[in-house]
Amino acid sequence: MADVKNILLVGVGGQGTILASQILSTGLVSAGYDVKMSEVHGMAQRGGSVTTQVRFGKQVHAPIIGKGQADVLVSFEIMETLRWLEFLKPDGKVVINNHKIPSVPILSGKREYPRGVIETISRKVDATVIDAGRIAEELGNPKTMNVILLGALVKAMGLTELEWRAAIKECVKPKFVEINLEAFKAGLSV
Amino acid sequence: MKKLMTGDEAAARGAYEAGISYAAAYPGTPSTEILENIALYTEDIIAEWAPNEKVALEAAIGASIAGARALASMKHVGVNVAADPLFTFGYTGVNGGMVLISTDDPGMHSSQNEQDNRYYAKFAKVAMLEPSNSQESKDMVKAAMEISEGFDTMVLMRMTTRVCHSKTLVELGEKSEAVKKPYVKNLQKFDAVPAVCRKLHVALEQKLIDLEKFSNETELNYTEWNSKDIGIVTAGIAYQYAKEVYGEKASYLKLGFTYPLPVDKIRSFASQVKYLYVIEELEPYMEEQIKAAGIPCIGKDVVPRTGELNPDILAKALLGVEREVIRYDDSVVVPRPPVLCAGCPHRGFFYELSKRKDIMITGDIGCYGLGGMDPLYAKDTCICMGASISMGHGAQQVFNRFNEKMRAVAVIGDSTFFHTGMNSLLNTVYNRSNSITCILDNRITGMTGHQENPGTGFTLQGLPAKIVEIEPLVRALGIDLVKTVNPLRLDELKAAFDWAMEQTEPTVIITRWPCVLKKHSEHDMKEFGDYKSLCEVDTDVCIGCRLCTKPGCPALAFDNESKKASIDKIQCIGCQVCAQVCPKKAIRKAGN
Ligand SMILES: Cc1ncc(C[n+]2csc(CCOP(=O)(O)OP(=O)(O)O)c2C)c(N)n1
Repeated sequence: MADVKNILLVGVGGQGTILASQILSTGLVSAGYDVKMSEVHGMAQRGGSVTTQVRFGKQVHAPIIGKGQADVLVSFEIMETLRWLEFLKPDGKVVINNHKIPSVPILSGKREYPRGVIETISRKVDATVIDAGRIAEELGNPKTMNVILLGALVKAMGLTELEWRAAIKECVKPKFVEINLEAFKAGLSV
Repeated sequence: MKKLMTGDEAAARGAYEAGISYAAAYPGTPSTEILENIALYTEDIIAEWAPNEKVALEAAIGASIAGARALASMKHVGVNVAADPLFTFGYTGVNGGMVLISTDDPGMHSSQNEQDNRYYAKFAKVAMLEPSNSQESKDMVKAAMEISEGFDTMVLMRMTTRVCHSKTLVELGEKSEAVKKPYVKNLQKFDAVPAVCRKLHVALEQKLIDLEKFSNETELNYTEWNSKDIGIVTAGIAYQYAKEVYGEKASYLKLGFTYPLPVDKIRSFASQVKYLYVIEELEPYMEEQIKAAGIPCIGKDVVPRTGELNPDILAKALLGVEREVIRYDDSVVVPRPPVLCAGCPHRGFFYELSKRKDIMITGDIGCYGLGGMDPLYAKDTCICMGASISMGHGAQQVFNRFNEKMRAVAVIGDSTFFHTGMNSLLNTVYNRSNSITCILDNRITGMTGHQENPGTGFTLQGLPAKIVEIEPLVRALGIDLVKTVNPLRLDELKAAFDWAMEQTEPTVIITRWPCVLKKHSEHDMKEFGDYKSLCEVDTDVCIGCRLCTKPGCPALAFDNESKKASIDKIQCIGCQVCAQVCPKKAIRKAGN
C-alpha cells in the first residue's frame, strides 16, 4: 500500500481538529482519491486528547494507522506532539502549532509542562512550527487556528493544487467562509 | 455520486433506502448517531429516543408485528438490557422486517466492557450481518430487511466502533417505498406461551438450517482468490486490517453474513489453501465454530483476543514484523485525562461529597463518573446503568445488619435514573433501607452528547414533549424524604447531606442545574436565568493555599512560582464554586 498516504491530526477537545480533517477529506475526495477518516468520539468534549486520522490513495483498506506510519503529524498543541510522535514515520514531517494547553495535573501544580519539546522534536524530524494562534488573532478570529494549520499541512504534503476553496465552502457555514479562506491562505504561506 | 459517511450515517441512510418506518434507540457510544441521523428523515421514519434499550427494542418489535419495517439500535451493553425481548422474539419471528443494530466497542474507547455481541446472534438464534465499512453498513440494513422478511427472523447487525465512526465512501441508492404489511392477529405466532413456544422452537431450528443454506449461497459471503498459500477467513473491520497486512499475498473468504456461518463454504475454501487463518476482533467466535466443524485453523493462538486490533498488531502477531519508530523520552508527557467541564454543575456536588467520611459511594454511568477521578475521588463503584441505587440499597442493608456506621450514597444522572434507576429506587422504598440516593439532574443526557430524555421537554426531533419532573416522580415511587438543591451552592449541598445522614428512612437529594454545554430552552431560561459570568482572582488577597484547586476546575490554574491562582477567562462561566472554597474570599465575580 505504498501509494497510500497517512495524516494524523492531534489536539485537545474543542480545538477544531475534526473540522480541519473534514475539509481535508472533502478536498481529497473531490480529487478522486479513496479516502478513509477515523476519529474517536466519546470523551473529546471533556478536554481530553483527540486524534483524527486521514488516509488517502488509490485504494485504502484500514481506516486507522499504527505506530511509525504517519507521513505527516499535525499537532494543534505542543505537548500532544510528543504524545503522538511515535506514530510518525522516521522520515515523516511534523507541523506544530506553537500553543500550549496545560492539562489538569499541570493546572493544579502537581506536574510541570514539559520544557524544550519543540527543540527535542526538531532535532529528530523535519518540523515546521507555526504561531497559528497569533495569526488567527491577527485575522480577527481565534477559532480559525485549525484552518491555518490545515493550510500548512496542505503545503507540507504538496497538495496545493486541489480544490480547497470548494472544500472549505462545503464544510463551513456561509458566514465563516471568507475568514476561513483567508486563514487557509495564511497557513499556506508560512 | 459517492459521499464520505460514517458507518452510523450510512446505516441511517440504509434505513431510509430500505423503507423502514419506525426506529427507536437509547443513546450510547458508538451507536448514538444512527438514530440521530435517521431522525433527519422526518417525513419518512418515525424515530424516537426510548428511556432504555429494552423499551426501544420492544417498541420496534411492536412496530414490526403491526406490519412496518423496523429498527432498533444500541451500544453493545444496551443489548444486555434488551436481552429479554430479544430471545423470545427470536422464536416468534417478524411481520414487517426487523433489524437490531448492536455497536460493539473493542478497546473500550467509551465503554465499561468489550463484550463480543456476535454470541447474541447464536444465543438468541437470529441471523447476523457484519459490515466492514460504511458502504456495507448501508447496504446491509437493506439486506437485513430482505433476510428478515424472507426467513421470518429478526436480523442482528453487529457493528464496531471503527466501522461506526470511520468515514468511508458510499454510493447512495434510491429510496424504496415504505413497506407496510397488513396486521393479522395470530396467537400461534405472537403469543409466546409455553404451548406455542414449544412449536415455535422446533420451527426455529428448521429456520436455522434454511439460513445456513442461505449463508453458503449468498454473495454477502465471498471469496477473493490470490496466492493459495494462506487463506484467511475474516469479517467486519478485521477484514480491512487483514487486507492491509497481507494485500494480495493471501486469499480471503470475507464473511458479511456471520450467523449461521457458511460452514460448507468455509470447508471448501479451507481445502484449497495451504494454511487457514481466522482473523477476527475480540473472541474466537468464528474460530470455535470452524474448529467444531473439524476444520483445522490458526486464530487466537496468535491473534490477541483482548483489545482493539489494528494492522500493526496483526503484522506483529502473524508475520513478526515490527515497524521502525522514532525513539524518544516520553516520560515528560503529562496525561490529559477527561475532566468535568469548567462550570459543570456536578463539580460542587462531588467536592462537598468528597469531604464526607464513612460513606460508600455507589456511582453510575455518565459524566458524573468523572467525579471519581483526581482530585475529587468521590466514587467507590461503577458497574452498569442504574446499578448505583440498587447497589447502594444492598450495601446499606448489610452495613445496618452488621452495625457498621457506614452510609451508602448512590449517585445517578437524570437520563440514567429514567433508564433503569427508577426500578431500583422502588426496591429501596419497598425493602426499606435508608440508603441515600442523589439524582444529578443536569436537564439533559450529557455524556453521549446532549440527547433529549423524558425530563427535558423535547423529543428527538426537538418537538415539545411533556416534562417528567423527577421530584414528584420520586415521591410517587414512595420516597417521602426528598430535597431539591442548587448544586452551585455548597452550603445547600452540605445542609442536604447533613440532613440525609441523620435519616432512618430512604432519602433522595436532587441537584437541579443545567449542563454548562446545554443550549438553554425557554423553560431553562425562565428557571435558571442568564447566569453566566466570570470569576477572577484578587492576587493581593490570594495566599497561595491551593484549596481552590481541590474541586479540579480546568479553568483554574495554580502557578508554582508566583504561588498564586488564576482563572482562564475563556473557560470560566462564573459558577463560583471556587469562590466558595477560597478561605480568603480572594475569588470574586468580575466587576464586583
Ligand atoms: C446500557 C447502557 N446504555 C447506554 C450507555 C451509554 N451511556 C453512558 S452514560 C449515558 C447517559 C448519561 O446521562 P445522564 O445520566 O443524564 O448523566 P450526565 O452524563 O448528563 O451527567 C449513556 C447513555 C451505557 N453505558 N450503558
